[in-house]
Amino acid sequence: MGTYILRRLLIAVPSLLGISVVLFTVLALAPGDPFEELATNPNVPPEVRLALRAKFGLDDPIWQRYFHWLTAMLHGDWGFSFISRVDVDQLILQRLPVTLVIIGASQVLALLVALPVGIYSAARPYSWFDRIASSLAFVGFSLPTFFTGLLFILLFSITLDWLPFVYRADITATGWAWWWEHIRQSIMPVMVLGLFQGASWTRYVRSSVLDVIRLDYVTTARSKGLKERVVILKHVVRNALIPVVTLVALQMPAVFGGAIVTEQIFRIPGIGSLLIDAILRNDTPVVMAVTFVFACLVIVFNLIADLLYGWLDPRISFR
Amino acid sequence: MAVVGLCVLVAMVLAVMLGPSLWKVSINDIDFGARLNGPSLAHPLGTDDLGQDLLSRMLYGGRISLAVGLAAMLMAMLVGVTIGAVAGMARGSVDAALMWLTDLFLSLPQLPLLMLLIYLFRDSLKGVFGPELGVFILIVAVIGGFRWMPVARLVRAQFFSLREKEYVEAARALGASTLRQVVRHILPNALGPVIVAGTIDVAAAILAESTLSFLGLGFPPDIPTWGRLLFDSKDYLDIAPHWAMTAGTAVFLAVLAINFIGDGLRDALDPRKVM
Repeated sequence: MGTYILRRLLIAVPSLLGISVVLFTVLALAPGDPFEELATNPNVPPEVRLALRAKFGLDDPIWQRYFHWLTAMLHGDWGFSFISRVDVDQLILQRLPVTLVIIGASQVLALLVALPVGIYSAARPYSWFDRIASSLAFVGFSLPTFFTGLLFILLFSITLDWLPFVYRADITATGWAWWWEHIRQSIMPVMVLGLFQGASWTRYVRSSVLDVIRLDYVTTARSKGLKERVVILKHVVRNALIPVVTLVALQMPAVFGGAIVTEQIFRIPGIGSLLIDAILRNDTPVVMAVTFVFACLVIVFNLIADLLYGWLDPRISFR
Repeated sequence: MAVVGLCVLVAMVLAVMLGPSLWKVSINDIDFGARLNGPSLAHPLGTDDLGQDLLSRMLYGGRISLAVGLAAMLMAMLVGVTIGAVAGMARGSVDAALMWLTDLFLSLPQLPLLMLLIYLFRDSLKGVFGPELGVFILIVAVIGGFRWMPVARLVRAQFFSLREKEYVEAARALGASTLRQVVRHILPNALGPVIVAGTIDVAAAILAESTLSFLGLGFPPDIPTWGRLLFDSKDYLDIAPHWAMTAGTAVFLAVLAINFIGDGLRDALDPRKVM
């Protein structure tokens, strides 16, 4: 297991480097010049501008600039936000916990929906429960997150007036009231993301349990006289989850996309809304850094999926 | 269900293609006397905050949303089939490199990168092709460029099994060039799963475009795509819910219909899955 983890970690490094190359290329190919303002400013003589360009290495060949940028990123020098006048890494550290909490809670909700519903549907295929669950799952993953978000606001905040629709980071209450307020305002974003994910995972779980449940070893387990519960939970589910983990890992980028949308709808101060603000205000260092953080998060979650995979299927780690 | 989906989709396509010539209200007629009205005879779907007619805006936006979906799908299929075919025929180090690239693209965070690319390149393309066409090309290219990976993997897997079949060997023995083997013999037989993946891609592309517009990063504000209509409507949710509902329902119906069609096609083309 140890060598397996190590090998997975080593595989993650080239992917991160690849992503950083893609990001840097995009930025380098993009039109626009950070010194554009100086060029139109009559108080700055052209030779000063050229000297500045040379000083900041803008005239170097592109691969030199890439290594310069990479070493700066590795040293923790992520640049300085044009708009908020704060170091980018501080800005991101401020925002990251909220995003992680919302995404984490919604993934847990998605699992809590998808596993029982998917397994139960597959244990009784084409029953009424299965039909209703499958149709609902279909509707659930066809509903775009931005639309469900608005529907939830319309229903729970405007019509019923149960939940607040703007996420506030500065809640003054203390103790239990503080927790209660935070839970209340997180319900809708977590539901929107979690139900969307849960709907598509339900389909994966159902189809992979269906593939496994007809295999011979399951029949053997039944004929040994094991209880149906034990057969399903101990023998079927563990094997059925292996392909599901792969599919879930492949969906991670989409999860972060959904998180950006939900953060924007509910005004959650996470890194997704930071990214959108930064894009709308041309705050390039923040845009670059947040995109890179998203890339790192995707890689980290893929790594977790790989480790889960090794745990679910011990054959893999010995290969 | 797939047939119902197909009917709904055909109805929507017909509506957005023929609709604007039947419903002749301009999308830009501003009428402050009729702001945020609910559905009525003069405006069957109501009006927005400037008193513009929502039905004609929906029809116009639907053209763009559906066109983006189809074009991005074609783009993804083109890139995916090419890369998959090259990897499947070449094998060896070329295959390994291309698959590494595919895996890299699969682990990129797509929405942030989409937004980054559009933010960086929007203005220069607008200058070259005009505001509408420029953004259209950009969005199609970028969405298509992030959705080819599943197609490439599918095509590669199909090629690996098909290239060893007897009829391909026969063609090879008759002296057919590699290109001819691929185009005439292997590709037509590999297309089944690709078509399914392509159908689902249309839905994904429509969703991606609506998401971008919803975040305010898609087409310019005066072009009412479905996502843009939702983006504009979200500040009036309490007084004019009909506005958000029509736009959202349209996106939802289109995506649902396409997903149903894809599901039906999968069942039809892949008998293994049917019990």
